Amino acid sequence: MLLALERATVRFGGRPVLDAVDLEVAEHQVVCVLGPSGSGKSTLLRAVAGLQRLDDGRVLLDGRDQAGVPPHRRGVGLMFQDHQLFPQRDVAGNVAFGLRMHGASRKHQDARVGELLDLVGLPGAGRRAVTALSGGEQQRVALARALAPSPRLLMLDEPLGQLDRSLRERLVVELRELFGRLGTTVLAVTHDQGEAFALADRVVVMRDGRIAQSGTPLEVWQRPADAFVARFLGFGNVVPATVAGEAADTPWGKVPVPPGSAQGERTLLVRPAGVRLVAADAGLRCRVSARTFQGTHVAVHLQPEDAPRLEAACALRDAPEAGTEVGVEFDAADVVVLG
Amino acid sequence: MTADATGRKDRPDAAGRGSRPDGPGRAGRPHGTGRPAALPAAAARLGLMVLPVAFFGVFFAYPVAAIVARGLHADGVWHLGRLTDVLARPDIRHVLWFTTWQACASTALTLLVALPGAYVFARLDFPGKQVLRAVVTVPFVLPTVVVGTAFLALVGRGGLLDDLWGVRLDTTVWAILLAHVFFNYAVVVRTVGGLWAQLDPRQAEAARMLGASPLRAWRQVTLPALGPAVAAAALMVFLFTFTSFGIVQILGGPTFSTLEVEIYRQTSEIFDLSTAAVLTLVQFAAVGAVLAVHAWTVRRRESTLRLVDASRTARRPRGAGQWALLAGVLATVALLLVLPLAVLVQRSFDAPDFAYYRALTSDEGSVFLVPPVDAIGTSLEYAAAATAIALLIGGLAAAVLTRRDAGRLVRGFDALLMLPLGVSAVTVGFGFLVALDEPPLDLRTSWILVPLAQALVGVPFVIRTMLPVLRAVDDRLREAAAVLGASPWRVWREVDLPMVRRALAVAAGFAFAVSLGEFGATVFIARPDNPTLPVAVARLLGRAGELNYGQAMALSTILMVVCAVALLALEGLRIADRTGEF
Repeated sequence: MLLALERATVRFGGRPVLDAVDLEVAEHQVVCVLGPSGSGKSTLLRAVAGLQRLDDGRVLLDGRDQAGVPPHRRGVGLMFQDHQLFPQRDVAGNVAFGLRMHGASRKHQDARVGELLDLVGLPGAGRRAVTALSGGEQQRVALARALAPSPRLLMLDEPLGQLDRSLRERLVVELRELFGRLGTTVLAVTHDQGEAFALADRVVVMRDGRIAQSGTPLEVWQRPADAFVARFLGFGNVVPATVAGEAADTPWGKVPVPPGSAQGERTLLVRPAGVRLVAADAGLRCRVSARTFQGTHVAVHLQPEDAPRLEAACALRDAPEAGTEVGVEFDAADVVVLG
Repeated sequence: MTADATGRKDRPDAAGRGSRPDGPGRAGRPHGTGRPAALPAAAARLGLMVLPVAFFGVFFAYPVAAIVARGLHADGVWHLGRLTDVLARPDIRHVLWFTTWQACASTALTLLVALPGAYVFARLDFPGKQVLRAVVTVPFVLPTVVVGTAFLALVGRGGLLDDLWGVRLDTTVWAILLAHVFFNYAVVVRTVGGLWAQLDPRQAEAARMLGASPLRAWRQVTLPALGPAVAAAALMVFLFTFTSFGIVQILGGPTFSTLEVEIYRQTSEIFDLSTAAVLTLVQFAAVGAVLAVHAWTVRRRESTLRLVDASRTARRPRGAGQWALLAGVLATVALLLVLPLAVLVQRSFDAPDFAYYRALTSDEGSVFLVPPVDAIGTSLEYAAAATAIALLIGGLAAAVLTRRDAGRLVRGFDALLMLPLGVSAVTVGFGFLVALDEPPLDLRTSWILVPLAQALVGVPFVIRTMLPVLRAVDDRLREAAAVLGASPWRVWREVDLPMVRRALAVAAGFAFAVSLGEFGATVFIARPDNPTLPVAVARLLGRAGELNYGQAMALSTILMVVCAVALLALEGLRIADRTGEF
C-alpha cells in the first residue's frame, strides 16, 4: 500500500479535527476525499505532507512510518487550494522549483519544464509572470510544479475550487485523462461531489473528522451510507421510516421500497426522479411551492399537508406552475433504505 | 441538486486573513494552531533569538542597569530612599510636570495639524503627491539637532521672524512645540493616512445607502475604524516628545528641561548620578506603560479591519471644501515643514564666499581637534557600521517574530526590542562609558562603541519595517516550497528573502538615517577628536560667535542633505514597489 493512515488524529485546542482516521491508497489509484468545510479534509492532506503533526496514530508511505520525517524529505507533492505560486518567479521558475531543490542539472530542469508545460497545455509559457496568468492557467502551472519532481503521491487540495464552472468541468476531464496516462497516485480533497465523482476511482466522504463512507463513486451515489451523506450529496427527500416487507411507513404515507431492503426503523431516501406527479385527487396531495430550472430538468418543490417538503425532478414541459395542487406517487426503483 | 450545492469558497481577503484551507467557517482559528514539526522549529527559533538577546543584554540592559546601580547602590547597600527624596524635590517635580504637559500638548497639536494632512494624502489625488509625500517625511529622519538648529534660525535670536518683525519664540515653549509638530507630522500622516487610504470606501458608502449623512457616515464608520491608528500615532508622538532631547537641549534654553535633558545635565554637568538614576527609572516606567498601551492598540488594529488597495481609494478633489482642505494642508506643509529648512539653508550661506562652509574645513580656532568637515566622514562610517549591526540583529529578531503562533516568550522579546525607542539614550550612552570600560568588555577606546549605541536605536526601526512584510508572506507559500523539497533554510532563502529584499533596503535606509542623527547617546561616547555631525553641530551652537553659529547652520545643512538623499532613495524604492510586480 503506497499510503496508509492508521488511526490518524489531529486536535485543535482539544477538539479533534481528524478523529482516528484509517485510510489506504494503493499505487496508481485516484482517491477523492469529499466533505463539507471543516470536515478535516485539508488537515488530512497536511498531515500526510508533514505540515501538520499528528496527535495520535501514524502516517505510512510505502510501509514506512513518517513520524519525524520533515515535509521536504517525504517525496510527496501537494497542490494548494489557491495554488500558492511563487509570485516573484516566472512560470518556468515555479515549475523548476522542486527540481532545483532536488539538485537536478540545469539541462534536465529545462527539458522537464518544457515537457510539463506541454503536458498541462501551456507550451512556451515559461517566461510569463505568474501574476499575469488567469485562474485556469495558474491552476495548470501549479499542477505542473507539483508533478515536476515526480512525487510518489500527488495530493490536490480543492484542485478546481477557485475556477468558474465551465472551466472546472473541462479541467476535471483533462485531469482524469492525465492521471490515467501517467499512472499517478492521487489523493485529492474537495467539497464538490461532481468533481469527486468525475475524478476518483474511490470516494471517501468525511464528516467531523471521521470517515462517513468509502466506496466507488457509483456505490456512494446509489447507496449513501446515512442521512448525512445523502443530504451532503444534495438529496433533500430524507425521512425516518419503518420498513416492513416491500413498503415503508413514512410521514408521506406508504412508500414502496425495493425488494431485499433492510427492515425496521430506518432512514429513507427518495431521489427526486422517484417522485412522480399525478392528478391532484390521486396519491399524496401537495401544493407546488416553487420550481427552479436546473438545465436538464426542473426541480419542483412540493409542500404536502403535515409532512416534510419534497423535491421532484420533472421534464420541462411537464412541470406544474407554483401554487398548483398535485398528487404524488413514489417509484420503488429510486427509493433507498439507508443503513 | 447540482455540483454547486455547498457553494464556492471565499477567496482570502486582501489582508490575507481567514485563509485557512477549511474556508470561511473556520476563519477564526489562528493560522498555525497545529504544531508543524514542533520541536525542531522551536529549537531553531531559540537559536535565532540568542544573538539579539545577547546583544540587548550586553549593550542595553547591562549599561542601563550599571547606571541605575551606580546611582542607587553604595557601600553594598541599596538606597531606595533616594527615589522618594529626589521625587520630592521641587525642581525635579517641575521637570516631570513640564515633560508630561509639553508631550501632551505636542501630541495634541501634532494631531490637530496633521490629521487633515492624513486625509488629504489618503483620499485626494493631486499632481506632485508622491514628491510631497517624500517632502513631508524628510523631517522625521532629520537629526533632532538639525531640527533644533532650523527652528533656531527661524524663531531664535537673529532668526527670520526676529529680523522681519522682531518676534522671538525661543524663549517660549512654542518653539519646542512647533519643532515637535515639525518632527512628528510624518508619523501621523504615515500611520493614520496609510490606513485611511486602505479603508474600503464602500463601508462608508454602505452607511450612506442606509441613510447616513456624509458627516454621520464618517463619524459612525470611518472614525471608529481609524481610531486605533490615531491612538497608535498619538502614542508614538507622545513617546518621541516625552523623551525629546536634542530639540529641547537646543531650543529649551535654561528655562525648559525634559527628563532626558535633565538626566544629561545631572550626569555630565552636575555629576549627580543618583538623581540621574532615579530619573532614568521614572522615564523607564513611563515609557514602559506607554509602550504597553501602544502594543495593545496595534494588535487591535491588525486584527479587525478589511483593507483594500490604497491606489484605488484616492480621488481628485471635488467641491470647495476639499479644495480648501488641500490648500490648507499645502500651506501648512510650506510654512511649518519647508520654511524652517529653507531658512536653515539660507542662513548657512549668509556670509560672503561661503565663509561658513570654508570655515568647516580648517581646524584653526576650531572647537575640535580636527576640522569640522571631518565629522562628515566619521558620521558616515559610524552610520554604515551601525546599519550593518542593526540589520543583522533586527533581521534575526524579525525572523523569530514572524511566526504567528509565537508564544508569550517571543512576544515579550518583541516588547524588549522596542524599549530602546523610549529608554533614555543619554542613559545608554553614559552607561556605555560606565559599564563597558573593563575587561572582558573594555570598549571605551574602541570606535565600535558609537555604532553599537546607534544600532540600538536603529533595531526597532528595522524590525518594524521588516515584520509586516514577513508576516504578509503567506505561510502556505513556505509550505509549498517545503513540500517541493526545500529545507527550512532554503525556504527562507527562496521564499522569504526575495520578498523582503526591498523591505530590507528600506529598513537599512531608516537605520542609516537614524544612526546618522543619533545624538543623546553619541554625545557621551564620541571621542573629542572624532565627533559625529550632530555632536559637532551641538558643540558649535554651544559656543558664542557669528562664525560658530554659521558653521552650525552649514553642518546642519550638510546633514540634512545626506538624510534627505537617503530618504528620497527609499521613497524611490517604495514607489517602484507599488508599480512593480506586486
